[in-house]
Amino acid sequence: MSEPIITFDKVNKWYGNNFHVLRDIDLSVAKGERIVICGPSGSGKSTLIRCINRLEEHQQGHLIVDGIELTDDVKAIDQVRKEVGMVFQQFNLFPHLTVLENLTLSPMWVGKMPKKEAEEKAMEQLKRVRIAEQAKKYPLQLSGGQQQRVAIARALCLKPKIMLFDEPTSALDPEMIKEVLDVMIEMASQGITMLCVTHEMGFAKAVADRVIFMDQGQIVEQNNPHDFFNNPQNERSRDFLSKILGH
Amino acid sequence: MSAQTFQTIAPRPAPVNTDGFVAWCKINLFRDWKTSLGTAIIGAILLAVLPPFFRWAIVNAAWVPDHEVCHQAAGACWGVVREKFRFIIFGRYPFDEHWRALIATAMLLSLIIASCMRVCWKAWLPVLWAAVLSVYFTLMYGGVFGLAKVETDMWSGLPLTILLASLSMTMAFPIALVIALGRRSGMPAIRSLCTVYVELIRGVPLISVLFMASFMFPLLMPQGFSIDVLIRVLAGITLFAAAYMAEVIRGGLQAIPKGQIEAAATLGLSYWQTQRKIVLPQALAMVVPGIMNNFISTFKDTSLVAIVSLYELTGAMQMAMNSDANWRPFRIEGYLFIALIYFVFCFAMSRYSKWIEQQVNKSKLR
Repeated sequence: MSEPIITFDKVNKWYGNNFHVLRDIDLSVAKGERIVICGPSGSGKSTLIRCINRLEEHQQGHLIVDGIELTDDVKAIDQVRKEVGMVFQQFNLFPHLTVLENLTLSPMWVGKMPKKEAEEKAMEQLKRVRIAEQAKKYPLQLSGGQQQRVAIARALCLKPKIMLFDEPTSALDPEMIKEVLDVMIEMASQGITMLCVTHEMGFAKAVADRVIFMDQGQIVEQNNPHDFFNNPQNERSRDFLSKILGH
Repeated sequence: MSAQTFQTIAPRPAPVNTDGFVAWCKINLFRDWKTSLGTAIIGAILLAVLPPFFRWAIVNAAWVPDHEVCHQAAGACWGVVREKFRFIIFGRYPFDEHWRALIATAMLLSLIIASCMRVCWKAWLPVLWAAVLSVYFTLMYGGVFGLAKVETDMWSGLPLTILLASLSMTMAFPIALVIALGRRSGMPAIRSLCTVYVELIRGVPLISVLFMASFMFPLLMPQGFSIDVLIRVLAGITLFAAAYMAEVIRGGLQAIPKGQIEAAATLGLSYWQTQRKIVLPQALAMVVPGIMNNFISTFKDTSLVAIVSLYELTGAMQMAMNSDANWRPFRIEGYLFIALIYFVFCFAMSRYSKWIEQQVNKSKLR
């Protein structure tokens, strides 16, 4: 295994005093690795990936992303966020900006890129997610699947080394899930490190190098998708799989 | 079983006609017995009220500026407005210098109207404001270029109303923005400071703020040091309006989903970039009606400066009526006249707010 790009070392997190949401998380992610995280709701999977770009703070343990340890140091957080793109369940596009403006915002204001160059780069990304013809529209004028593809393109504009997906297809109509997954599968083939919280087991089987199953804030089991789906080791994961695949 | 082809049903027009005057009346006035009853009652009230008012205000009214005629007339006396017109509009400002107030106010109004238009939202607009305001004060105050000096306590009437309202609104808005952001700040000291400010100001009536600005403030200053009463009053109205406006803006800030701020954070935007580019544009768009509410009430609240012996439109009208025994009985007409002036301004603001709403909601149209 090559040099890890993300390392969790005994990471713990609580919400308030009593809700222990992440418990002794040890995890290392290799450069270019594609990981799918699944588990019942409330198991801490979203919290886990949100710690990676410090949308959530961990209270114990060490979390190192691309050689930078995440602490209260604002500069370190900014540094990490430059390398980490994120896609949310609710898209979180900026509704008052056009699709193109959504994409050029960060390159222009954070990256200080000239407008023209930023727009060219943005159009490239929009082509990549097959939505270039919608560049001048506003997000709310697009379908859910289109919005999520814009959100992916927006994250890609930062040229991140790591992409985090927080249930990217859970808010979509069934007919639109495929168009988003297709874009993600294409991304997976290009060597970017991906961590994806999802229950799309087809996606996991197709692209994941590793599947992580979480419950109660712990990593219960991790394995390659073939073994995880065909021969789960832990009775908790077996039970979970029988529920989501059983019908 | 063979597959069936999906057949669309061609669209048909609605069975009941909804266009035209008769259809409109039927739907809006006589839909069922309850709406018909309502229409009848309102119709009866209008019939009872409008004709007498019309007789009083138009048919039997006296239009000549002669108080003898007015005393004899059975209706309204609009002659009083013609007679006292310049006193109502310009108040105590010296009669021979009215032209200065007229030009200065026309300039200020044009500037305000220009500032409301999208084509003027350019970098030079603040420069233009500075230029117009300096000309404005030179013209109004005088003392140079052979213009007679007019002390600020003589400024009155409609020019004073417009000056107080426009300057206090322009200054209150940025203060309100900062306070609203401050109340949601992560830093407890800033948050409590802003909360205390809002609660203190909201806890007292404007009239006492003006009273303090006018009478208490000079007592606290070292001797010989004084700030012009107009500036003190302006500061009072501004700080008062800012507290209310801050709460309106805070309401908008709270309606922004957390996801927007998280998305901005993952894109690497700083706090100020996030506020400026993501949060404020959306929050302000949502509270346009509330902010305009504040503007309109600030405009009318300026009439309270009478308490500190400044005579804006309402004060000037009262003074014009009270100072002349011949015309004193006709103050209802005077009030109606300035009510009309207030209405024109407030209605214009309300229409403008509607236009702004349409502008900012373009992104939400499908």
